[in-house]
Amino acid sequence: MIDKIAGTISEALHRVQDGATVLIGGFGTAGIPSELINGLIEQGARELTVVNNNAGNGDTGLAALLKTGRVRKIICSFPRQADSHVFDALYRSGKIELELVPQGNLAERLRAAGAGVGAFFTPTGYGTDLARHADGSPKETRVIDGKPYVLEYPIHGDLALIKAERGDRWGNLVYRKAARNFGPVMATAAKATVATVHEIAELGTIDPESIVTPGIHVSKIVRIAHVATQAGGFKQAA
Amino acid sequence: MSNYQRRSKDQLARRVAQDIHDGAYVNLGIGQPTLVANHLPPGIEVVLHSENGILGMGPAPSPGEGDYDLINAGKQPVTLLPGGAYFHHADSFAMMRGGHLDICVLGAFQVSATGDLANWSTSEPGSIPAVGGAMDLAIGAKQTWVMMDLLTKQGESKVVAQCSYPLTGLACVKRIYSDLATLACTPEGLALIDKVDGLDLAELERLVGLPIQP
Repeated sequence: MIDKIAGTISEALHRVQDGATVLIGGFGTAGIPSELINGLIEQGARELTVVNNNAGNGDTGLAALLKTGRVRKIICSFPRQADSHVFDALYRSGKIELELVPQGNLAERLRAAGAGVGAFFTPTGYGTDLARHADGSPKETRVIDGKPYVLEYPIHGDLALIKAERGDRWGNLVYRKAARNFGPVMATAAKATVATVHEIAELGTIDPESIVTPGIHVSKIVRIAHVATQAGGFKQAA
Repeated sequence: MSNYQRRSKDQLARRVAQDIHDGAYVNLGIGQPTLVANHLPPGIEVVLHSENGILGMGPAPSPGEGDYDLINAGKQPVTLLPGGAYFHHADSFAMMRGGHLDICVLGAFQVSATGDLANWSTSEPGSIPAVGGAMDLAIGAKQTWVMMDLLTKQGESKVVAQCSYPLTGLACVKRIYSDLATLACTPEGLALIDKVDGLDLAELERLVGLPIQP
């Protein structure tokens, strides 16, 4: 019998290794798996590479993970925010490596990883500073049908941490509104994916036409409470 | 010296909105371009795209109705119109990169006469770089329009022969909607679409410092 439901977050995260690449979903307040990030802090893995659209804000969630000093490198599109002071201080003091990636290249590099694509040519970033490697050398380019492209490589994760709305014991997932964002593509790009859900559905009761992430991409799901929260939760109408 | 008045931010947004056609799929960048949504001509349907996976984005919710799972690219609460759809990030950016959006309206630090765009970094020493979806948006839509003041606060033209700030994309801007004039960027340089009343072309060319085809 397949049963991907984990009773607790610590049970779902107990195997994270030092040096792992961790893909973390979320965009703004939507889809941030805050409970899993807290679980990762508790679990204690070090020397992590974190992939997220941003680099944390305030002092909780991803910012709290960065503050532990256990993140060696972050791959993201938009680290600078009004309250990204934890990242800012680490970056300015040279304590964290930043790989800045245009947002669509970030999504497509994750998609390529999940789809078994070795690399792809994209027009995004051509002729800009981001068409260079960290050492400043230019990335490979090619003109195809008269249009210039940059060669970009996949981003493979050891672990993806994502937030969905509903799931079943096979790991099938549906999301809520714009909280979907990076979840489905990160789930495909990692060796193991842990998702939080607000509701566990009986197998067979999620409309198969509506399943966004089929269970093949999901290792564990954990149910979390549906609380009103600023960071990634559901805010009930006043 | 000619006697003219700059377009206000709302007048500029109205000027941009006037050129958006019925049935257009449009992405409005963070900041000033979002104002365009308030000025779309009545009687037309325009589908707004948000990079975080929304088509058919509606206006801000009424106070107290905000939902943290439904936000725009600027992380502000929004609504979904009937007929709207959600999708994941790779699909959202494929929509841009694949040329499926008709129009994208962006802000800019500088635009070159041939349409190079600089809008993601002023490369100030010590600043933290952040790009978001700017590079994907710049090159993805069928038409990329820039909306900005023509001059900096110091009076320097933001339309230039060559961008000095780091580039977002090459030859990607088709039109510049500014507080003083609307200009087309072409491989041959700038061409005039319109200008505010009382501003003559010679004065506009003097402000920009570049020739403008009438």
